[in-house]
Amino acid sequence: MDLVTPDFGLIFWTLVTFLLLVFLLSKFAWKPILKMVNDREASIEDALKAAERARDEMKSLQADNEAVLKEAREERERILKEAREMKNKIVSDAKDIAIAEGEKAIASAKAAIAAEKASAIAELKNQAAVLSIEIAEKVLGKELSAENKQAEMISKMIDEVKFN
Amino acid sequence: MVGSIAALGAGLAVLGVGLGIGRIGGSAMDGIARQPEASGKIQTAMIIAAALIEGAGLFGIVVALLGL
Amino acid sequence: MFKSLVRYTAAIALLFASFQLNAQDKDAHTATVDQSTTAEDHQVVSEDHNQTTESVESQKIHTSKEDSELNITELIMHHISDSHEWHFFDIDGQPYSLALPVIVYTKNGFSAFSSSVFHHNDNGEVVYTASNGDRFIKVHDIIYIASEKKNHEAWAEHGEDHKVTNAKPTIDISLTKNVVNLFLGVVVMLALFMGISRKYENGVPRGRASFIEPLVVFVRDDIALQNIGKKNYMRFTPYLLTLFFFIWINNILGLFPGGANLTGNIAFTMSLAALTLIIVNVNAKKEYWIHIFWMPGVPVWVRLMLAPIELVGVLTKPFALMIRLFANMTAGHIVILSLLSLTFIFKSLAIAPAAVALTLFIYIIKVLVAFLQAYIFALLTALFIGQAVEEHDHH
Repeated sequence: MDLVTPDFGLIFWTLVTFLLLVFLLSKFAWKPILKMVNDREASIEDALKAAERARDEMKSLQADNEAVLKEAREERERILKEAREMKNKIVSDAKDIAIAEGEKAIASAKAAIAAEKASAIAELKNQAAVLSIEIAEKVLGKELSAENKQAEMISKMIDEVKFN
Repeated sequence: MVGSIAALGAGLAVLGVGLGIGRIGGSAMDGIARQPEASGKIQTAMIIAAALIEGAGLFGIVVALLGL
Repeated sequence: MFKSLVRYTAAIALLFASFQLNAQDKDAHTATVDQSTTAEDHQVVSEDHNQTTESVESQKIHTSKEDSELNITELIMHHISDSHEWHFFDIDGQPYSLALPVIVYTKNGFSAFSSSVFHHNDNGEVVYTASNGDRFIKVHDIIYIASEKKNHEAWAEHGEDHKVTNAKPTIDISLTKNVVNLFLGVVVMLALFMGISRKYENGVPRGRASFIEPLVVFVRDDIALQNIGKKNYMRFTPYLLTLFFFIWINNILGLFPGGANLTGNIAFTMSLAALTLIIVNVNAKKEYWIHIFWMPGVPVWVRLMLAPIELVGVLTKPFALMIRLFANMTAGHIVILSLLSLTFIFKSLAIAPAAVALTLFIYIIKVLVAFLQAYIFALLTALFIGQAVEEHDHH
């Protein structure tokens, strides 16, 4: 029975000291400790957030870099393609021109050859005529005595000439 | 003689409380084994339930002590 | 801060010393030592602050310890209850103890004197007359007002069941063994926690702060935050922290040899439980009272039935807190002392190793229980506060 009978003196002292302790420790111990802990937690959170932000920034930077690189690569690709096309065009143009020129040259050469040939033929004809007249004069001098023989010979010669 | 009867009462009170808290502890262990990730919540619930049962047992002990 | 603490402690020690000297003074002049046959055997030996008095009655107690079992019960009961002197040990039947100040108030006013005026007498055979004329006796470590006439060697009157029926002083706020241990706990706490902010370097805990901080965070997160909720927990965290460390440190101090059974004293646990009751009900929101008097969601007749049960629950919750701590700590002390006493019960040295081993085992468990009970007390207080300040959105 004595064990479970509270004693006033101890209740008094317990309440007094405990409440004093609550007051003192709240003010001088728990407040600073909790503040330190909170500050540290806040700073850790901030640091984590900053790291997150930095990582995001890095990511976006990387993405930017990638985009720029990709663009550059495309540009290069495009330029190369253009150059290739231009080269091909130039080559083909040059080929065309060369072919045309060649054809022209051939044509003119052919024309010249034809002209030469014609003139040569004409010359040959003239020469042949001269020669034939000379021959004819010579032959005539001897053989034109016989009239029919003369005529026969002339027509024969003319035929021959016509062949050319 | 009153003292010894009181002691008997205290013993009986403790018997029931022991059984009750034992069951809570066993079930809590089961729960934790099944769901280790919920062990924190299970522990708190266990302590609260055990405290409630213990409270009932403590009344018995106090009555026994009053007879001492 | 620490230096000033040391100064305060020294001042308290001086106060005690002055009580001792004062008491010795009065001893010579006013204390009525009503034992004509043994008076010449009294000699007051002052040793440091400890007063050792060799008295015949203490020897009498020793020689009469034939019935060991009964005396061990008495010894244990004496150890777990409060006392007006801090007894350390006996050498050759001579007790070495620190006499503690008695502060009482009667209708004649306050009286303060050292308990050494009773010469270790605990049966009311020695009367002390205070300067205001009040006459006091001490029976079983309780101060009574002495009877007018002597009654079987003692100045006390006994009822049927040998209980003292003398009047007690109106107010008795003596600095008993428990109170001194309480002060010791406060000194330890102040020494541990005051000026803790200076132990931080750039927000990093050093020294004792690195030991205390995890415990503080534990109380804040696992006790306050988890049970009270995000909105209100910071308001109650300082109280819960003080409560937790107060109980824990006093539990531990009680485990030291010579320590008092302070946390196993019903007055101590009652004070703390009463504070819990007050804090819970003062901070209770409307919801809490609605749940007590008019439980929502159940038929009316159930509501009428539940109201008284819930109302009783308001009181039983702190009551269980009070009894839990008291019973746990007291039981622990009784078990330790009983196991140690096995040697003396069996009167054999052979049993001593087993008794010591068992005691050590229980001691280790008690260290755990010291923490556990502090945790449970703080946890349940937080839980009750949480229930009281909780606000539901769905009602």
